[in-house]
Order: sequence, then structure tokens, then C-alpha cells
Amino acid sequence: MSMPSLLKITDLHAKVGDKEILSGLNLEVRQGEVHAIMGPNGSGKTSLSYVLMGHPRYVVTKGDIQIDGQSILTLKADQRAKLGLFLGFQYPLEVPGLRLGSFLRTVATEVKQDKTPVGQFYAGVKKQLASLELSDDFLSRSLNEGFSGGEKKRIEILQLLTVKPKFAVLDETDSGLDVDALRLVSNAVSTVRGPDMGIILITHYQRILKYVRPDFVHILVDGKIILSAGPELADEVEAKGYEAFKGTAPVSTQ
Amino acid sequence: MVDSTPTLEFDYSKYDFKADTKYLYVANKGLNRQVVEEISRIKNEPQWMRDFRLRALEVFLKKPMPDWGGDLSKIDFDSLTYYLKPTDKSKRDWSELPPEIKNTFERLGIPEAERKYFGGVGAQYDSESVYHSVKEDLAKKGVIFTDMDTALKEHEDIVRKYFATLVPPEDNKFAALNSAVWSGGSFVYVPEGVEVDVPLQAYFRINAQSMGQFERTLIIVEKGAKVHYMEGCTAPVYTTDSLHAAVVEMIAKEGAHAKYTTIQNWSGDVYNLVTKRAYAYANATVEWVDANIGSKLTMKYPSIYLVGPGARGELISVAFAGKGQHQDAGGKVIHLAPNTTSKVTSKSISMNGGRTTYRGLLRVAKGASNVKASVRCDALLIDDKSKTDTYPYNEIYDSTATTSHEASVGKISEDQVFYLMSRGIPESKALTMIVMGFIEDFARALPLEFVVELNKIINMEMTNAVG
Ligand SMILES: Nc1ncnc2c1ncn2[C@@H]1O[C@H](COP(=O)(O)OP(=O)(O)OP(=O)(O)O)[C@@H](O)[C@H]1O
Ligand SMILES: [Mg+2]
Repeated sequence: MSMPSLLKITDLHAKVGDKEILSGLNLEVRQGEVHAIMGPNGSGKTSLSYVLMGHPRYVVTKGDIQIDGQSILTLKADQRAKLGLFLGFQYPLEVPGLRLGSFLRTVATEVKQDKTPVGQFYAGVKKQLASLELSDDFLSRSLNEGFSGGEKKRIEILQLLTVKPKFAVLDETDSGLDVDALRLVSNAVSTVRGPDMGIILITHYQRILKYVRPDFVHILVDGKIILSAGPELADEVEAKGYEAFKGTAPVSTQ
Repeated sequence: MVDSTPTLEFDYSKYDFKADTKYLYVANKGLNRQVVEEISRIKNEPQWMRDFRLRALEVFLKKPMPDWGGDLSKIDFDSLTYYLKPTDKSKRDWSELPPEIKNTFERLGIPEAERKYFGGVGAQYDSESVYHSVKEDLAKKGVIFTDMDTALKEHEDIVRKYFATLVPPEDNKFAALNSAVWSGGSFVYVPEGVEVDVPLQAYFRINAQSMGQFERTLIIVEKGAKVHYMEGCTAPVYTTDSLHAAVVEMIAKEGAHAKYTTIQNWSGDVYNLVTKRAYAYANATVEWVDANIGSKLTMKYPSIYLVGPGARGELISVAFAGKGQHQDAGGKVIHLAPNTTSKVTSKSISMNGGRTTYRGLLRVAKGASNVKASVRCDALLIDDKSKTDTYPYNEIYDSTATTSHEASVGKISEDQVFYLMSRGIPESKALTMIVMGFIEDFARALPLEFVVELNKIINMEMTNAVG
């Protein structure tokens, strides 16, 4: 295969309103790698994911985000998606009246230029739904409206399976899942994991990391990564909490 | 809330074209007894209709302008042309029409839609119906679908029996105006037990400037019969205002089913002041499906009188108000008999400084026992400049009634748009999808072809003001 794509975040500073929430964040993710990001509540994990995806409320004040050497800072979210970025939301939004089925179809045709005939497309979607133990009824329901917390997370994964991006940021996809759902979601992530996808897994728990073994674990505190290491770091966090790592000088990944 | 100040506009260019038309007759500007008499004379009407018009003119001149609803103060009744006759009579073949008129309707896709979807089509150009046709199998079953003027000549007895019985000139100032100068509109008669299972369509086009269009529609659905009538309307964009004041009367006899769908897409210089009323007799069903997309000001409250036991009424409406537009719409349901049910669903969208108003009345008369009625109105605001307000009136005089009323005002959140965009959907399409989702109840009431058409109209044009 060709050279794996590279998502490179350099000295990223961002603010929302007057508040700085990312303060010099560095991270490099290659297609095929799985990076876990852990960090205390409010440390900036979701903010990082929004800034990566291009949320208009978040303003980058310094630094850069590049895919294969090209800055994506001026691109809107839809253009970034077309370049291969995907975000699994911590809190997926509801869109009343927009049926999940037709939404997925739009996404497939819009982002992937998917030319699969309708019947075949939905047959594929139904298989994926089944693999997440969700009934076909979801296709005719409004996007995320009235879905339980765990169902919403599984629908995020369903979208991940539909889109098959180059780089996926999964923001606490494992939160709010019961034991069985966690296994299903983990399996799904494991199946899409591979040389064609780089994954940033934002999580509070090492449970999911048992299923989806990360190549790197990063600790994010106060808007920057303060420590990066191998998968064993997750166990250490679980055992000691974050206090133990605060005050550590930033360490680069590679 | 989308706060990057995007402005949304519908692309009206498709409808904005003018045809150079040689009219056979153009009334002098302004309204007076001579104009009314002249219209009646040209139409060669029976004396009773001429008298009716003159009585209506008196009512119109006497009644004050409504002091509620939208701003009517800028209507200049003296600057309007009340009657413009484009052809000598309504044709049954498109090819018999003057080329500029035929081209107009072709550009609007009417003959093509007729071939594909409809059991009959009527087309009105300014004051007169220029085309009317109904499929042969329907005609054989006794279904009449023609323009109102022809109906007055060919079916005078039926017309005289029902005309203005639901909406007399005294009802309101604009019903009086319509009654005085009415011209064109549709006449539909469905005999007992006949079910018309493909819709009948009428298309109303204003072509001239500063024009008043006053069509008059009468629909009679006999016992156990069924019909779905649809209307669309557009006009070119001018710098002066036009007035569209129609009256629609619809009667569903015992066990009948009458459905009336409007997709109103006038240009932004048209005052659209319409009176629509329907009677539902025992066990009959009446449905109004009403989309108000265009016009400068619309004041329209389709009403349903449930006059027989077991009658059902449904009103489902959607209103879009963009820049410079005020959609003051809603509906009335009057329960006059026991065991009648009704459902009102109203959706409104305000954007780019537009204003929507829901104005509704639900009345349950004393003695109308076991009524079930629900009203739901939801408003969506796209930006901070736009406005919406709700005036629901409930008059419940029978204690056995079960009624419910729900209302909501929502905003499109920046996060919602971002969520869809993160899936590769461009901003304007994301907004369109959210809006289409919001009016999903309404879209479900339309035949599929029209959902596609509506989607095209609603496909929002986005320009970013801050850029
Ligand atoms: N719109 C906003 N206005 C002000 N502050 C904000 C805004 N959005 C986020 N913040 C703040 O930025 C900080 C980082 O929030 P973020 O959601 O990124 O945290 P997180 O690491 O994802 O936390 P959690 O683990 O609880 O999900 C928090 O202090 C939060 O309150
Ligand atoms: Mg978070």
C-alpha cells in the first residue's frame, strides 16, 4: 500500500470565547495507529475533538493541524470529513424528523460518493445494525431522537462503519455502555481497525483498551498532552489517578 | 443557534419570468361599480350573479380593514387592475393556447405533471382560466372539473345552490372583495360513491404587474365520494404589489372524503388574503394541507365546520417566512356535532428577519358531545432577526370534550448543524435537512412527487453575510 496518511497537530492553541482551552498541544497520528487519550474532566478532550473537526465556536489562535502536510485549519467541518476525518460525538445531537436510514444514505453518497444501489446499501446497513444488536426499526426513527445514551453511542459506531474514515476521533464512545454493548462496540472498532484507519480513542476507562489495544496512550491535562507512553500507561492511570502525573513536563509521542 | 449570521433564501429564479401578453381585455385601474358591472357583462352572467357582485361590492366598501393580523396599510386598492382577460375561453388542449401562455405553463412543468400524476388539470393566467381538462374515465363517472365561469354557464343549478353558502360576502372584507370581482377558480363536483384516486390539480399564475387575482373555488363531494384537489401558485417578481384574494368553499357530504392541498409560492410582492372554509357532514372527512412559502403577507386560516356526527377534520400546515415576509396563518375548527374529531398540526419556520404567526380557533359548541380535538403548533427560528408568535383561541362549551394543545418554539443549534457537517454534509444542505425533518409530518401528507418538489423549493441558498 501507499504511504500511510499522517494527521499532525503542532503547538495547537485554541479558545472558546475568551477562554483558552488548548494550550500548545502536539500529536501525530498515522493511519493504522490507535492512540488513546485520557485526562480529567474538563481537561480539553472534547474541545480537541471539536477543534480537529472544525467546530465554528472554537478558534485556533496558534499552531496547526495538517493532513499529509496540508493545513486543514481553513476548512469547514464538511470539507474535513471529505478529507477523511470523522468524529464520534460524546453527546450525539438529535435531529427530529430526519430518519436515520435516509441520513446514512445521504452521508454515504455525500462523503463517499457511494454508488451502491439503494437496496444493496440498506441490506449492508441492516447487517451492521445487527452486528451492533440494534433492530432495523432504528432506520425509520428520527436521528438520535429518544435514543438511549447507549443506543446513541452505537449509532455513532454505525456511522463510523458507514463512513470508514482515514482518521476517527471517538470521544468517550465507551461511556454509558452496558457490559454487552461495550463488547459489541469494541468488536466493531476492532473490525475497522487496520492499516487504513488511524484512531484517536478518548476514554476515561481502560476497559475498552483491553479490547482495542492502543499503540499509544496520552494524558491530557489543562489543554495539553503531558505524558505519552505505551498501553501500560492506561493501567497506571487507573491505579494512581491523574494527580500523580500533573507537573510532568510535556513529552512528545514520537 | 447559528450565529455566524448565515442568511437563508429560497431560490425563486425558476418562477421569476414575465411573458409579454396581449390581453383581450384590461379593466381600468381601481374598483367601482362600473368595473364590477363590466366584468359581469363581459362574462355574460345571469342577473342573480350580477346582483350578488354588486351586493358584495357594497359590503366591501362598507367594511373596515381588519385591524389585526398583518400590515395591510400599504395596499393601494386604486392602483390595482381587477380584471385581465388573457384568452377568449378556457381550452381543453394546451396547443390551442397563445404561445407565451403555453410556454409559461411548460416552464412551470404543468403539462408534464398532468401526464404523470393528475386526473385533471386547470390553469389560470391572471384573471381567467385558460386551460381545463379532466381524464375521460373520470368524466364518464360524472366527475366535473372545470373553471368556475364555465360551471356557472353549464351547471348553473348546482352553482346557484352552493355558491357563497359557506363564505358569504359579509364574512370578511376580502371575501366581499372576491365576491364582487371574482373570476376563474375551479369547480369540482364528485357524484355519490365516486372515488377519484388521482389528484386533480389547479395552477394559478399571476403574470401582470399590480394585478388582483380573485379566483373562486367550489368543491362538492357527494355521499361516500372522495377527491384530492391540489393547487399551486407563483408569480414573477415586480417592484409593485399585487393582491391575491381567493375564496374556497368545500363541502363533504355524508361519509365523503375531501382533501385540499395548497403549495403557495407567490413572489414576495403579493398580498395573499384568502378565505377557505369546508363543511363536513356525518362521518365525512375534510383535510386541508396548506404550505405557505411565498408572498409578502399571507393571512389565511382554512376552517373546518364539523356539522354532522362522526365527522373528522384535519389541518396540517407549514409556513416559511423569509426576508420581508409575514405568514399570518393557522386555522379554525368548529365542532357542531357529537363524536366529531379534529387534529391541527402547524409548523412554521422564520428566517432572515421573517415573521410567522399562528392564529387558530378551536370551538366546541354546546351539545357537541364526546369531541376529540388536538392542536399542535411548532415554530422554528433560524436566526435572531426572525420572529414567531402564537395566538390560539379555545372556546369549549361542552364539558365532554377532550382537547389538547401543545406549542413549541425551537431554534436550530450550531451544534446540530456541526454534527451533520461532521459527516460531510455542506452547511446549506445540513440546514435543509434539519428544516425538512422539522416539517416531516407535513411532507408525509403530500404525494411523493410533491415531497421531491418541496425539497427542491426548500433547498436553501446560503450566503454568509460576514463572509
Ligand atoms: N462554549 C464554552 N464556553 C466556555 N467554556 C467552555 C466551552 N466549551 C468548553 N468549555 C470549557 O472548556 C474546558 C474543556 O472542556 P471539554 O469538554 O473539552 O472537556 P473534556 O476533557 O472533554 O471533559 P469530560 O471528560 O468531562 O468530557 C472545560 O472547562 C469546559 O467547561
Ligand atoms: Mg468530553
